[in-house]
Amino acid sequence: METKGLTASDIAKDLEEGKFSSRDVTEAYLGVAKGNTESTHAYVDIDEDGALAAADEADRRRSKGKTLSCLDGVPIAIKDNMLVTGRRATAGSNILKEYVAPYDATAVVRVRKAGLVILGKTNMDEYAMGSSTESSCHGVTRNPWDTERVPGGSSGGSAVAVSEGSAPIALGSDTGGSIRQPAALCGTVGFKPTYGRVSRYGLIALASSLDQIGPFARSVRDATDLLRIIEGRDSNDSTSVDLKDDWVLPESIGHDVKGLKIGIPKEYFVSGMEDGVEAAVRSGIERFKELGAEIKEISLPHSDYALATYYIIMPCEASSNLARFDGIRYGTRIPADTLEETYRKSRGAGFGKEARRRIMIGTYALSAGYYDAYYLRAMKVRRLIANDFTKAFVDVDCILSPTAPTVAWRLGEMMDDPLSMYLQDIFTVSVNVAGLPAISVPCGLSDGLPVGLQLIGRHFDDKTVLKAAHAFEQASGGFTEFIPATV
Amino acid sequence: MSLTSEEVEKIAGLARLELADDEKESFRENISSVLEYVGKLSKVDVEDTEPMSHSVPVLNVLREDEAVPCAKGVRDQVVDSFPESEDDMLKVKAVFS
Repeated sequence: METKGLTASDIAKDLEEGKFSSRDVTEAYLGVAKGNTESTHAYVDIDEDGALAAADEADRRRSKGKTLSCLDGVPIAIKDNMLVTGRRATAGSNILKEYVAPYDATAVVRVRKAGLVILGKTNMDEYAMGSSTESSCHGVTRNPWDTERVPGGSSGGSAVAVSEGSAPIALGSDTGGSIRQPAALCGTVGFKPTYGRVSRYGLIALASSLDQIGPFARSVRDATDLLRIIEGRDSNDSTSVDLKDDWVLPESIGHDVKGLKIGIPKEYFVSGMEDGVEAAVRSGIERFKELGAEIKEISLPHSDYALATYYIIMPCEASSNLARFDGIRYGTRIPADTLEETYRKSRGAGFGKEARRRIMIGTYALSAGYYDAYYLRAMKVRRLIANDFTKAFVDVDCILSPTAPTVAWRLGEMMDDPLSMYLQDIFTVSVNVAGLPAISVPCGLSDGLPVGLQLIGRHFDDKTVLKAAHAFEQASGGFTEFIPATV
Repeated sequence: MSLTSEEVEKIAGLARLELADDEKESFRENISSVLEYVGKLSKVDVEDTEPMSHSVPVLNVLREDEAVPCAKGVRDQVVDSFPESEDDMLKVKAVFS
């Protein structure tokens, strides 16, 4: 069975028609996942026995006509910062390398309840801190379009799995672009829902006011179907919300964008973007015009400050969240003479460079005498950035931009220069700062590498973003062009 | 915004992080350059702007304070993941010594 390019809805249809069983399809994906561990290395843990048992159960349900959802029996991959009972949850960090999850994250519970088959856990930058999936304790993940290049990050493993056909759909997490940017660099669909739409319970926290779980897929429809399964209020996450009627996704996502007003932020098209990326995104804008959407230039005046705001708020929250990893209750402990030395040694040896850098930046920005100048000021600028979007959304229904300023770069190219790596997030971080929904869809190739186009929506208007993306996909004749050659 | 080596040591101490000697200088440079970049926020007029800590305003989400027992298997796995234990108790260094 050729898994590459197969969508979850293709699989669901073939399961329904009895063309193959969930076991057949699960075996096929497991085969690709195992076959590519040395080349792309999307997975850090493949649960063959668990997946086949779940597939057999799905087949039994189907034979009795008792399927649990439209995706019952369809395989899925899970980023390694989400807890799956009885499996390791390492978040790519040495300090958690042997940690086994005692319970399921809420998103994982919901995926199971819908009958999906969990194939395994995917690689990521340590604690989701990075844009290249090079900082994992398990080693790097490579881009299937060119294995000398990075897949983006931090959810690089999930993006690669969907791109190379070792999973039809996957879950990732997005704090500043960690779903959308790797989706762009690997030529897949990646969606960050509105903050609060999906429970974060059982997601190893990076920055709690920014983190959100979301889907990777080969089509907008698959991303929508997966979002439907994982979304909704959860009593274990006080920041998850009940969905109002207006916010609910319609049964059919639609693809009519006639008269839809799409804003193009003039601040996003100034400099720093590769020519090939700009050309692909501009051709995407033309496509929306042909579809009858109304394109308007808009202004997001505080855009130039978004990245700086993000790189204060995120490390502050991260330094607080990562305080729990101290070698005491779980994770690796490096024994020392005193309790404080145990903390210092366990954390010093357990955290990689980028995690320690961000903990230090956050600790500094929150320390006595600096709080007002950094954290408090960043929270005020955060309000101004959010207000920019609110004002823009008076005139437009969604906002279009590139997802990332470049295509996939060569492995190692930015590892010693954190600031240049941070600039990868320039178009994605504002969305998290303001808590908005946004999708990345493939919109072209530049030098043979995929380029992503980002659509941003109003709070909880995830459906308009998905509809616009769906229209774009239909007009492109699907995303079949974005399948990498065999690795 | 350039940090001194002493400041780097102080922050590492506050964060309970041990840094290797050969890393201290690169950390000093990297962190200084990030602080210099984020320092651009000092140019923004934030007069009369309320800080924003969350994007979706949710306030006072409360529930009954009831103990919910965890499944036996979950408890065992939590105990199993203790780095050091005696019977099923977590073993730690003395806090006051």
